[in-house]
Amino acid sequence: MNPFVESFHSALQLVGAADSKLFAIVGLSLSVSALATLIAATLGLLAGAALAVRRFPGRRGVLVVLNTLLALPSVVVGLVVYLLLSRAGPLGALGILFTPAAMVIAQAILVTPIVAALAHQTIDDALREHGEQLRSLGAGRLACALIVAWDERMVLLTLALVAFGRAVSEVGAVMIVGGNIDGVTRVMTTAIALETSKGDLPLALALGMVLLGVVLLLNVLIAGLREWRLRADDVASAAA
Amino acid sequence: MTALLVALRSATVSFGAKRALQGIELAVQVGERVAVVGANGSGKSSLLRAVHGLVPLHDGRRELADPAPRIAMLFQRPYMLRMSVLANVELGLKLQGIAHAPRHAQALQALQRVGLASQALRNARVLSAGQQQRAALARAWAMRPDLLLLDEPTASLDPTAKREVETLIEQFAAQGTTLLMSSHNLGQVKRLASRVLYLEHGRLLADVPTDAFFNGPLPAEAALFLKGELPWA
Repeated sequence: MNPFVESFHSALQLVGAADSKLFAIVGLSLSVSALATLIAATLGLLAGAALAVRRFPGRRGVLVVLNTLLALPSVVVGLVVYLLLSRAGPLGALGILFTPAAMVIAQAILVTPIVAALAHQTIDDALREHGEQLRSLGAGRLACALIVAWDERMVLLTLALVAFGRAVSEVGAVMIVGGNIDGVTRVMTTAIALETSKGDLPLALALGMVLLGVVLLLNVLIAGLREWRLRADDVASAAA
Repeated sequence: MTALLVALRSATVSFGAKRALQGIELAVQVGERVAVVGANGSGKSSLLRAVHGLVPLHDGRRELADPAPRIAMLFQRPYMLRMSVLANVELGLKLQGIAHAPRHAQALQALQRVGLASQALRNARVLSAGQQQRAALARAWAMRPDLLLLDEPTASLDPTAKREVETLIEQFAAQGTTLLMSSHNLGQVKRLASRVLYLEHGRLLADVPTDAFFNGPLPAEAALFLKGELPWA
């Protein structure tokens, strides 16, 4: 049998048999990335909203830096977090290097700029278009930002899903700060890299299939949200 | 006897290098119905925004009656949030800090007033353009404004919706709400206004009673505008 087909067949068997090792890795991946996304969404939304409503010297510079951080390489984030959390680093006393907490921090740092930059763009555009009407109703700057953020909640939710997709599929940062320790910090992407190097292609492929499945599910959710939103707008324009 | 509601004194508004308004002298008295006319870009919307305090004055000052009047504004294309019509109408009241029960009652009353009570729980975005404008009018009216600013309130509506909105504006004015509206529709100006302001390139060139605007002598620029708008006159 073709080695690829053989590996694929074994991978399907692992997934079908609900292999405990496989699902432990998947569970850790999802929980680490979900927590990192939650932190990034909270910080990113606040930062994005603040940048949309506040005018201060150097704001343009901050926006340029933020947009640059969209292309932040995950290994660089991993390296910086490693230096911060290593025993000799400023946060070494926390003793969380090579733990899931360090992986959450690294992923949160990686995806916060994505949420912040895109949330800023969304809220800024909405404020330019509708801010004056809200101010005419008595809303202050902060209230305006909160109202348009609520009104654009589907877009912002989509942003959070995109951020989760980025977090769950990155490998460089979690490899460096997590150490890929079996049963402790091994997640889907680091396990795929390791198993591939060891030649255990079925497990690597099974993990790859689950990872693709997660990303596929995210895309289905995003497409569903978009569809739902477009349908609502279509109904609105038809009624108009 | 008339009482001053709001005034602009030598007001100048700039957007970057562009002067949107220059040296505007305007006083709006309680109960007046003032229409602002002029070509596109003449500064009509800027004048309304300056009166509302939505744009900073580059020069001059804005005076308000004491106590400060409540001012509400109806925009040409109202912003309806993705919420129920009722929640949209309640928004302004909520921002004023009005408690839930009176807010709810006031918003429902406003919706009844504009004939949209039956639509209260529908998504506001699903309403037709005319209904959205009526909902926005309810949102403005629910705030019990002393001065209602209307920025081309019927410009994007079909004739039926136009008539409905105009009737509502007429009713609010009849109840004593002071109106300051911009419009391209001179028929509407004739029907609704008691005083007309003519703006050109941000300058106030005429400020006359409605009868005088349509029948009396006018500054050359205003007369030309009127001739252009009403070629049969």
